[in-house]
Amino acid sequence: MAVDKNMKVLIVDDYKTMLRIVRNLLKQLGFMNVDEATDGSMALQLLRNAQYGLVISDWNMEPMTGLQLLKEVRADAKLKGVPFIMVTAESKSENVIAAKEAGVSNYIVKPFNAETLKTKMSSVLGDF
Amino acid sequence: MPGKAVDRDLEQRLSEIRESSGGSVRVDQIGEVVQSLLDSLKGDLTSADLRIYQELEGLAAYIRAAKAEIAQLRPQDIKEHFISSASDELDAIVEATESATNDILDAVEAIEAVAAEAPEEINQKLSDLTTRIYEACNFQDITGQRITKVVRALKHIEDKIESLVKALGGEAAEAAASPDGQPPAFFTHGGEGEQELLNGPQVSAKANKQDDIDALFSSFD
Repeated sequence: MAVDKNMKVLIVDDYKTMLRIVRNLLKQLGFMNVDEATDGSMALQLLRNAQYGLVISDWNMEPMTGLQLLKEVRADAKLKGVPFIMVTAESKSENVIAAKEAGVSNYIVKPFNAETLKTKMSSVLGDF
Repeated sequence: MPGKAVDRDLEQRLSEIRESSGGSVRVDQIGEVVQSLLDSLKGDLTSADLRIYQELEGLAAYIRAAKAEIAQLRPQDIKEHFISSASDELDAIVEATESATNDILDAVEAIEAVAAEAPEEINQKLSDLTTRIYEACNFQDITGQRITKVVRALKHIEDKIESLVKALGGEAAEAAASPDGQPPAFFTHGGEGEQELLNGPQVSAKANKQDDIDALFSSFD
């Protein structure tokens, strides 16, 4: 099934420049319907009020981290199926394992390039 | 018996320190206790007493010397000038890189808007180039996170120095103060003449703006 590029994508990062970079890269990939949140709790609020086809989240944020957000999403009956990609500078094996155990769909280590973002999105959503 | 009275005094003093300190004892308080102990040993001394007396006297001298050496390091200066200023400088780096990154992104978005009106082939080439710029701008997030870690480490060192200054007591804090109240030369290039004037970029909140410079410059006319 073809990927619907009109789906809503939520990007979560406490660095506003990072939100801007990811938004622009998504735009180049054809995903124009993008919302932003600067921490996990703001993201959770947005997720509960609209239907998103993908979450791309940083890990290291306050007060709610990306991992806590992921756990909340997976524990919520309405949200648990939303694809969730972690994009983070946290590159230790234990981080990746913790995210995987919490149900992350894929994991991108910063700094990343556009090709990696596209590849990981394809592996989660299907080819586009 | 005078010896027993001294023991009781000493016991009382130790008990007071234990209650008031909550577990951490200042170096000068240790000195007081050692001194009381030495006083209690005066009188008829056996050779064993004498050995203990000498050991304790050595210990008291060691503590005094350590206290003086640490005071010479001026820990208060390290806390108030070095660490505080280093944290400000690092915060300024984060702000400056964020601001520069936003300027770059503004320019790239403007290029993309122009590219959208260009022929397909040129549009594609420009798009590939702007993608590379977006990728390169990742640096701001990574450097920001690394600097935040360094600032946390500095805060930890600052807390430790605070404890050290407290442990040394008031005398050491006085000795630690900069005699002229000026920040140490670390934040200037040091030396004499022109070298003394060179301080590097200022933290933006404290720096003169161009308007301030112009006003100062004009004031000489």
